Amino acid sequence: MTIWKPTVLTRVMLGMAIVLSAFPLYWMLVIASRTNSDAVSVPPALLPGGNLGDNIVAVLTHPEAQFVQGLTNSFIVATVVTISVIFISTLAGFAFANLNFKGRNALLLLVLLTMAVPLQQMGVVPLYRLMVALDWTNTLKAVILPYLLNGFGVFLMTQYTRQSVPMELVEAARVDGAATLRIWWNVVLPAVRPGMAVLGINTFMLMWNDYMWPLIVANQNPTVQIAINSLNARFSTEYSLIFAGTALSIIPLIVVFVLFGRQIVGGLMEGAVKA
Amino acid sequence: MSLDTLPRAARNNHRRARPPGRRWRSRLDVKAMPYALVSPYFILFAAFGLFPLAFTLYYSLYDYDLTGTVEWAGLGNYTSLLSDDDFWRATVNTVSMFIIATVPQMLLALFLANALNKRLKFRLAIRMSVLLPLVTSVVAVAVVFTQLFARDWGLVNYILSWFGVDATNWRAERVPSWIAIATMVDWRWTGYNAIIFLAGMQTIPRDLYEAASIDGASRRRQFWQITLPMLRPTMIFVVLNSTIGGLTLFAEPMTFYNGNPDGGSQGQFQTVAMFIYKEAFREFDFGYASAAAWLLFLLILIGAAINFLFVRRIGGTK
Repeated sequence: MTIWKPTVLTRVMLGMAIVLSAFPLYWMLVIASRTNSDAVSVPPALLPGGNLGDNIVAVLTHPEAQFVQGLTNSFIVATVVTISVIFISTLAGFAFANLNFKGRNALLLLVLLTMAVPLQQMGVVPLYRLMVALDWTNTLKAVILPYLLNGFGVFLMTQYTRQSVPMELVEAARVDGAATLRIWWNVVLPAVRPGMAVLGINTFMLMWNDYMWPLIVANQNPTVQIAINSLNARFSTEYSLIFAGTALSIIPLIVVFVLFGRQIVGGLMEGAVKA
Repeated sequence: MSLDTLPRAARNNHRRARPPGRRWRSRLDVKAMPYALVSPYFILFAAFGLFPLAFTLYYSLYDYDLTGTVEWAGLGNYTSLLSDDDFWRATVNTVSMFIIATVPQMLLALFLANALNKRLKFRLAIRMSVLLPLVTSVVAVAVVFTQLFARDWGLVNYILSWFGVDATNWRAERVPSWIAIATMVDWRWTGYNAIIFLAGMQTIPRDLYEAASIDGASRRRQFWQITLPMLRPTMIFVVLNSTIGGLTLFAEPMTFYNGNPDGGSQGQFQTVAMFIYKEAFREFDFGYASAAAWLLFLLILIGAAINFLFVRRIGGTK
């Protein structure tokens, strides 16, 4: 079939897409490895310079940037939320996919409905006041707790469990006398591992990049995005410093992406068709 | 649970020698355990979903001021918002940026997906590189693009100057600022949406294309007459996603003005989400911000409905 052969136009378009995708990241590296005066020179410098190490040290040791704390906090927040969401979602997904109980369909519909509401923007005011009332502002638990609610995770794991754990397998385990939790642990979890990976990577990236809620509730105890934000607000012309910070902030994500690229692409595509 | 401690042999014999207590326990396990399994989600839903929504509604009916006085306002916050020029400006900004960003993004994503759907070498590597922007944090993207769009030394103005275009002050003027922000959004999301479209395209049976080729339909015709209509379910998903994301836009325009919710000196790129943030956390007018949050929700519902109806008609040959 000739239709599946890429034309010259297709190749050119793909080439441009790749260059455009990579360019801003390359640019980040260029500025992060140069001095401030290079960042504002005309014509712009197009090749990386030799100051990357100095700039990174500068941003890490900058007294007002709280950058190391930001990286540590982001790591803690993203890890805790990821593990909790996987736990909560696989439990609920198993119940919705393989167990019979009254009200199952109504509850599942409720999960779907919550996915459509932008809770993050809708509910910030009461959530913020709740955290103030509990005296939890600038604590990590205030950043973490609202994100444990993840309708997408429950939905994804329900779909995944439905496809990868046949009912007969659950029935057989039950006849063998396994209790529900044991079936979840021994039968379901091993079967849905790919789904867990997709959900986990997704959640981790989402949390690492989150901006609005930590800005509201924890700007004195920043995550990495908030650390960049305050650098940007206070020293907006210190380009090499800020760019070194942004470069540092995306390194963990790039590492995850390179390691799990196949699963991320595969998971995204599978999820799209299932939804 | 209780079975964990039993040796395997005992477990296998349970049907013959099950003590009465065990039977009761196993019935409880079958009846109640499903609820226990879904309960963590619904407890969280009550605490971080229902509670904030209900209280947003409650707050929106009261007047809060800086001294801490709270007064019943009825629908006063809503009526003031509807006659508040700042709120309308933010709404126009948000909708305009959404349209400027989404229309080219959908077209580009479709063509990119079509290209990705060909028989290619290095398939995974190509797919990963178009997804690369997605794993970059929004704040990092916005920082880089803000520098690229700087008036005096930005690369964008420098390249435009080759074509005789005078330096644009991207941040100071309304439409240019929208274009700059829409560019950030598109850079981040076009590849992602292309991958989603690609997934949809791969579910289209290939014999449809074979039959069309035999009938002499050109490639272009096949794209418009087969690919697009068959892609409708995927498109609905992508468009609804983009609607929610686009109408709640926050991080990019915030960072474009160095983390300030004013959205430029004239509020030229302040979005509704930034308006809510400013009213709640700069002015501490919680009632006004909450009412604005409900109006934003309404805006999303309207936007989603319009887009849904629009996509349903796309490629409709009937």
